[in-house]
Amino acid sequence: MNALALLVPLALGLGTLALLFFGWTLGNGQYDDPDGAASRILFDDTEENT
Amino acid sequence: MTAFPARLAADEPGLSAADCAHCGAPVPPGAGRFCCTGCEGAAALIAGLGLGAFYRRREAAGGIRPTALPPVDFAARAVPARGGAEHSLDLMVAGLTCGACVWLVEQALAADPAVLRARASLATRRLTVTWRGPAERAEALASLVARLGFQVAPWSAACLRVTEDEEGRALLRALGIAAFGASNVMMLSVAVWVGSDMGEGTRGLMHWLAALIALPVVLVAGMPFYRSALGAIRAGRVNMDLAVSLGVLATTAMSLSEALRNGPYTWFDGATALLALLLGGRVLDRAARRRARQACAELLALQSAEVTRLEAGGTAHRVGAEAVRAGDRLLVAPGERLALDGVLEEGEALLDTAATSGESLPRRFAAGEALPAGAVNLGAALVQRVTAAAAEGSLAAVARLLERAEGARGRYVSIADRAARLYVPVVHAVAAVTFLGWWLGVGLPWQAALVPAVASLIVTCPCGLAIAVPAVQVVAVGALFRRGVLTGSPTALERLAACDVAVLDKTGTLTTGRPELLPDTARPAAALAAAAALAASSRHPLSRALVAACPTPVQAAAGVEEVAGAGLAHGEERLGSASFCGAAEAAEEGPTLWYRAGPLAAPVAFRFADPLRPDAAEAVAALRGLGLEVELLSGDAAPAVARAAAALGITEWRAAASPTDKAARIEALRAAGRRPLMLGDGINDAAALALAHASATPAGGTDLAQAAADLVLRAEGLSALPAALRTARRAQRAARQNIAFSLAYNLVAVPMAVAGFVTPLIAALVMASSSLAVILNALRVGREASK
Repeated sequence: MNALALLVPLALGLGTLALLFFGWTLGNGQYDDPDGAASRILFDDTEENT
Repeated sequence: MTAFPARLAADEPGLSAADCAHCGAPVPPGAGRFCCTGCEGAAALIAGLGLGAFYRRREAAGGIRPTALPPVDFAARAVPARGGAEHSLDLMVAGLTCGACVWLVEQALAADPAVLRARASLATRRLTVTWRGPAERAEALASLVARLGFQVAPWSAACLRVTEDEEGRALLRALGIAAFGASNVMMLSVAVWVGSDMGEGTRGLMHWLAALIALPVVLVAGMPFYRSALGAIRAGRVNMDLAVSLGVLATTAMSLSEALRNGPYTWFDGATALLALLLGGRVLDRAARRRARQACAELLALQSAEVTRLEAGGTAHRVGAEAVRAGDRLLVAPGERLALDGVLEEGEALLDTAATSGESLPRRFAAGEALPAGAVNLGAALVQRVTAAAAEGSLAAVARLLERAEGARGRYVSIADRAARLYVPVVHAVAAVTFLGWWLGVGLPWQAALVPAVASLIVTCPCGLAIAVPAVQVVAVGALFRRGVLTGSPTALERLAACDVAVLDKTGTLTTGRPELLPDTARPAAALAAAAALAASSRHPLSRALVAACPTPVQAAAGVEEVAGAGLAHGEERLGSASFCGAAEAAEEGPTLWYRAGPLAAPVAFRFADPLRPDAAEAVAALRGLGLEVELLSGDAAPAVARAAAALGITEWRAAASPTDKAARIEALRAAGRRPLMLGDGINDAAALALAHASATPAGGTDLAQAAADLVLRAEGLSALPAALRTARRAQRAARQNIAFSLAYNLVAVPMAVAGFVTPLIAALVMASSSLAVILNALRVGREASK
């Protein structure tokens, strides 16, 4: 029982964190251009003017 | 990964000598490495920016021919930021096909020191560029992208509607929540399943923890289904989503009752896993269709342009067509498409009305005559007095008609919903009888009797059945997309599969819509070059065809005079109608131009024909082979239609059909119990396209035709249509097999559930295996379609 008292909240907390993280990626627009993101990583010399 | 360089070549455009080094179009031997000066300029521009690696990195050559900027005021669309010190502009960029294109566009813009940020999205074709400096730079930046070979258009509200996909995002969020719930509840459930030595108190704790997770998850993640089910109930119908909603809610309620009395098992895992699985299918389904809708919006955005309004003071301004009111005067440049209805103010005009009436030859309009919106100006610039604002014009009337037809199509009941209609009452009746049997018949407490009853619901469930049709759809729509057929509507394939008669338009659909010179051995060879020299100064399609047919480079003759309604004159030389050149008015076969070198010389005839697309005969034969009758329905004159019909072996044809005639013919076919497939490209076809059981349009079609059609054939040619039909029929067959399979599965599973043998573990296995089976069957469709 003691193990459960620690492990169950731990498992649920981690799961909830993952869910919140997923919500953040969704709101951040990270699924808007899956094809572009996939090929963009192949080009490393992107330079931007500042 | 073809994006990696396959070989280490120098930064040179590397292609075979026969293809243009920039755009990949064929180049005649000896003409150099480029097909046109535009491509040469683009390659020089890329080399100058030090971005030559693009040619090695791109996945496929093609589709990037430099074009002129559309006549749009880009500067007016730039959005100022930081008090006007910076501006940003959103553009729709067509032709972005791979990561290398995105890289090229972004890097080329970033090379400009004033540009702060340039970001292109491959999925949405949207380019956002931010720069320091005045709004007027917008034009130069847009033109840089155009010079690289990508067509640009202002980012319009229509593009936005397609990409800002709120519903898709909501589905994705629901999927995330359901997947979270399913995995966490499963973790607890497995503990109960294997923990036979677990104390009752611990089991109760597990049940309540599962309930704590599952209740909110079922409530939130199931929303898409509940909403659709409610909509169906309000409309007095039964659909698959209703079956899903009832199954999930009943299972959750029963599990709650089991948790309350601390029964052996709860079924929260089944409810959440079911939601996750179905939402996954729906997200994929949406993504497949979104790509197609996206491509359609891209085609449309390239067509939308602004108009030039002449102000009272004589100045010209470019404004959006929606801002123009009746009575305004518009300047229509040569080659521009008329956006609004109006009358010709002065002089004479030559308009190509193929899109509005289907006539393959241009018509002459006198001052004061009504000019139809959608026609293309082939003559000199003209001034048009607008008679109806965009919202009241003829194009808007067609658009309204399409909306009404769209509503009618929305009432089409898909095969999945037809199955649900039978399935929902039967399954729920079985569940009710099971409950009553165990409760009153056997005498179990009502909570215990609820378990087998709801178990029969979740076992039969929806899973295999609800995923049976979407799985096939995803695969078929994706396979068609790769072949260049865009499918927007969810029921398009189903309707297409059922069509039994094909109604084809002629001009622009079966034919290329551009006249070509017919070979004639009796004609003196020198006459062609001489006639072409005169024709070079005219925009008339026959003149252009004459110039195009001339094998030697054409030097335009100076001082060519255009005689309105008759032809061209250059000194003693004449090119034009028979009477203008003094030829006997013989029975003319199709459009003809006459050429006379001098007053005494014999006139020479040049005959033209609107050639059939090279694959038209093959496509018609293929449609016949698939069991469709083929009809030709054209707005063009009878001789031209008769010729095309004879060439294709079509016996059923009608010429000079007005848009209303076309729509009436489709309605007559429907009234006779037929299911017509309409193929057309013009504004005059839009009504018929919308009314037909299923419809398709070639990519070059007008925006209204594209909006009305179920399928857009993006690939050149018509052979994609029979292929699409074949894929649709195969998909339909697979959907039926899947439904039959799910029902057969249920014949075994339901008696077991009713008898009370099914535990949540067995239910989970049944659910997963039946879903896998239907998905694998669906994948077969894609494999066969891409053969």
